[in-house]
Amino acid sequence: MSREWPLWEVFIRGQHGMSHRHVGSLHAPDAERAIRNARDVYTRRNEGVSIWVVESKNITASSPSDKGPMFDPSRDKVYRHPTFYDIPDEVGKM
Amino acid sequence: MATDNALFEFLLRQGDNSLVLGHRLSEWCGMGPALEEDIALANTALDLIGQTRLWLSYAGEVEGAGRSEDDLAYLRDAYDFRNALLLEVPNEDFGRTILREFFFDAFQLPWLHALIDSADERVAEIAAKSAKEASYHLERSAETVIALGDGTDESNAKMTAALAYLWPFAGELMVDDEVDNAIAEAGVAPLPSTIKPAWNATINATFKEALLTRPDSDFAHAGGRNGFRHTEHLGHMLAQMQVLQRSHPGAAW
Repeated sequence: MSREWPLWEVFIRGQHGMSHRHVGSLHAPDAERAIRNARDVYTRRNEGVSIWVVESKNITASSPSDKGPMFDPSRDKVYRHPTFYDIPDEVGKM
Repeated sequence: MATDNALFEFLLRQGDNSLVLGHRLSEWCGMGPALEEDIALANTALDLIGQTRLWLSYAGEVEGAGRSEDDLAYLRDAYDFRNALLLEVPNEDFGRTILREFFFDAFQLPWLHALIDSADERVAEIAAKSAKEASYHLERSAETVIALGDGTDESNAKMTAALAYLWPFAGELMVDDEVDNAIAEAGVAPLPSTIKPAWNATINATFKEALLTRPDSDFAHAGGRNGFRHTEHLGHMLAQMQVLQRSHPGAAW
């Protein structure tokens, strides 16, 4: 077994943020300690009101080599953006 | 000891405890066993130095001799310091550093909570602000004592050695003297000895999980809180801590 602590990804919701954002990673022996370490490493300048941690190995990521088939087909489909509607003035800001 | 400067003495004890422990913890900056622990220790040190500023600036006002928080921190000699001996002994290793901090945190949290009811408004304010920090410090140090005590054979052996060394220094925090009596009479703070049951409960619960055996002795070194007999280590520590102000008096940012 490795003597290194496992790696954790850290997500923080800021003072006015609506969602948690990925801020970086760190090492910790377990989830509780990961939260504490995240508090000390990533929120010491009053950045956050909530912390999530998840062990990095539990994140499934898309593969960079699949980039073409994954993302290129959506490039030329401008009609998928709702930009062709006239919005009545009474609606106000959307 | 004249009771009219009991408040000054009391404030020096609060400020010097956090100053000396804060400085000892700051010695780990850049040397921690892991980046995360390094930053956590530096954060704790900064919390303690921040608390020191509040205590010592108030001490300077109470003394009324025009001394600032910086004058008190950087221009006093060892025999004028009023910190408990526990806080000035060298770090030695990570285990001893953490165990020392844990002994202090286990006292400091209930102590600050008691000071929130102080008859002295400034003391109550400083205590309320510091208690939140102390609460996190205790969580973290207790958890780390458990992780190291109930870790590997090597970490347990180091914690056992640290315990043997530090135990005789821990009791001084909770031994009352005439300053404490005067301060308690004035309603500024309870007697330190009243914290003992809470301290014992924290120590016993944590030791149980940490697989550490509480020594069967209540012997306590004395001489730090009254400045009567500091260890030889404080002078060495102050030499480093004060060198800048001693060599360049009045140097500022």
